[in-house]
Amino acid sequence: MTATTMPVLPRWTWLASPFTRVALAFAVLSLLSGTFEAPDLFSRGGISATLRFSAPILLAGLGALWAERSGVINIGLEGMMIAGTWFGAWAGYQWGIEAALVAGIAAGVSLGLVHALLTVTFGVDQVISGLSLNVLAAGLTRFLSSTAFATVPGGSIATSPPVPDFPIVSVPGAELLLLPAEQAGIPILSDAAAIGLGLLTDASVLTIGVAALVPLSWWVLWRTRLGLRIRAVGEHPKAADSLGVRPWRYRYVALGVSGGLAGLGGVYLVTVASSLYREGQTAGRGFIGLATVIFGNWNPWSVTLGSLVFGFTDALRTRQEVTVGVLLVGLGMLFAIVAVRRGLRSDVRGTLLFGIPAVAMLLWFWLVRVVPSEFVSFAPHLTTLLILAFVRQRLRPPAGLGEPYQRDGTT
Amino acid sequence: MRTRVRGAGLLLVAPTAALALALAVACGVLAVTGANPIATLREALTYGLQPATLVAIVNKAIPYYLAGIAAAIGFHLRLFNIGIDGQYRLAAFAAAVIGAAVALPAPLHLALIAVVAVIVGSGWAAIAGFLFVRRGVNVVISTIMLNAVATGIIAYLLSPLRLAQQAAGSNNVTTATIPESGWIPGISTSAGDLNGLLIPALVVGIGYWLVLNRTTLGFEVRALGLNGRAAAVAGMRGPRLALLTMAASGAIAGLVGLPQLLGASHRFGLDFPAGLGFTGLSVAILGRNHPAGIAIGAFLWAFLERSAQVLDLAGISREVVTILQAVIVLSVVVAFELVRRLRERQERRYVAAAIEGAPA
Repeated sequence: MTATTMPVLPRWTWLASPFTRVALAFAVLSLLSGTFEAPDLFSRGGISATLRFSAPILLAGLGALWAERSGVINIGLEGMMIAGTWFGAWAGYQWGIEAALVAGIAAGVSLGLVHALLTVTFGVDQVISGLSLNVLAAGLTRFLSSTAFATVPGGSIATSPPVPDFPIVSVPGAELLLLPAEQAGIPILSDAAAIGLGLLTDASVLTIGVAALVPLSWWVLWRTRLGLRIRAVGEHPKAADSLGVRPWRYRYVALGVSGGLAGLGGVYLVTVASSLYREGQTAGRGFIGLATVIFGNWNPWSVTLGSLVFGFTDALRTRQEVTVGVLLVGLGMLFAIVAVRRGLRSDVRGTLLFGIPAVAMLLWFWLVRVVPSEFVSFAPHLTTLLILAFVRQRLRPPAGLGEPYQRDGTT
Repeated sequence: MRTRVRGAGLLLVAPTAALALALAVACGVLAVTGANPIATLREALTYGLQPATLVAIVNKAIPYYLAGIAAAIGFHLRLFNIGIDGQYRLAAFAAAVIGAAVALPAPLHLALIAVVAVIVGSGWAAIAGFLFVRRGVNVVISTIMLNAVATGIIAYLLSPLRLAQQAAGSNNVTTATIPESGWIPGISTSAGDLNGLLIPALVVGIGYWLVLNRTTLGFEVRALGLNGRAAAVAGMRGPRLALLTMAASGAIAGLVGLPQLLGASHRFGLDFPAGLGFTGLSVAILGRNHPAGIAIGAFLWAFLERSAQVLDLAGISREVVTILQAVIVLSVVVAFELVRRLRERQERRYVAAAIEGAPA
């Protein structure tokens, strides 16, 4: 078969929209969870857990977005997030949540500015600088824990005393409207109501603040002079410079914001997602955030979608084992569909590439039914890997990404 | 000729300045925690230079060195293999399981264990290499994710229900112990035994240097790393080399767990050292991808960690060393960059002068 025998059907293009696909996937999974009695797939608690797990990834993703739009790769996000967790917890347990916010964000901003100093002023390789910052943050927090947390009651060398939480709020009336629908037991509708309840009730104030940062980031980056200049510097620093926009200045600003967002992600982890600082708490979320930017094609809305997907898989560890099994079926069906489509195009390798995992996943569910918790623990990481590997899309990173810029033309 | 000598001098200036800065930071931190910096450092140095301590330091440095070489291999093509950690742990686990399951004459047994480790390490790294070459997936991200997957796989298999058993008298879970034919004998010195993997590690370092500087393959890797477009024009196949480089990096990473497995614990347990891969990255940055530099870096890292034990006695948290290490990495990176710029400026001035002096 050649391309000419398979004309593009315009009326099907809505199927290609990511939002349509998410809605379709939801409908199928909802039906599956009803069939296999996995009630907590789209339960209210499950949805709010997804939000709690998505928010720090989203913050890291927005941090990466700001940095990369200005042309600087920020591998140091993980370290900035670690600094945010430590300083957030340290200030939080002593002086409350406002102090946690200030200290965590300030720690992130400081590391972001160090990254700027190293990469923009000194011209150090951006990846190497980021990696070194991760080493610095891990070392610094471990040392600080040994002096600040190990000596106070409730703390240890690896954990802080309990940190207070942010207030919880609900949208008035949501409970009243959606609860009957959730409990009615109608296949897809009830799950949709449960999602509504999870989204609209018992949300942390900080979660709402984080959600507000998405449109805010979009507005600043695409609708203000500052944002235009940051993006110009990320696309073509030399052209920007020749028009009087100083790349250094805007990269410093962008990296400061980037670090601050990652630091806020750290604060979120110690206050909302848990209630204390634990060494290794970030668990690669800074890196997953970097992945959401690639997956999200350097656009804040898609970054949000990506972090919700990763947050959803990250929250799986809080679910029942059978629920994860149901997701496996969903994934297996998705792979099977792709395999069949590849088969129709007589793409033998593609068919096998997707067909074999599809059969394996469906067989596993048939025979074993549950997914071991050890495997669930790396679900977000594996999802990241699979999405980056299989989702074919037209990516367009900022043209100046990763390129150091010096005035005299040397690098 | 004179510029070349000055260049070499400059090359030494960078690490010296970085070390001086790190020492200054160390003194500052020690002073803040209320200790006498000079006395503490002298004490740490005296302890670190005792023969018995030196043997322990060298043993500690061997895995750091191997991890450093593994990282350096990737660095040449800007393939930042953050996944050394997962690669060596998975490799050591597989090697421990297979090594304990067979009984062979000593040399064969050791060879089998090493081969298994190398194959598993390079296979795991090749996944990231393949994803990079075929799907353009960033290696930093894919290897980090593969670390998490490796951790999960090991956690699943390292269970009394599967490939491991409860260790007697402790709550450690380990694989079966490898029979003695699969142990590597130590090199005895008057101050204690050096780990037998010291010599293979040095051979790996020399081999790395030879392949990189004395073979076509190494030339291609260096050329591609310096200027991808020029190398492609010259007919070098980037994707093939990238995949090969990742696999080679993973193969050496597979060896990182062997000093512990073959020379010390002889089994893989929950207490198997983790995080050596990240040390390797620091050490490779410090050593500028040169085997001798990496050796110095690995020794320095081990020295710092070992001599820090004195700090505990003085009532100072030994974690101060982790700050010190980070400062060293950061300042070395900055110092080398500044020196590079300085040299470039010198060269430009030299060329400008030469052109001016020449008849038009």
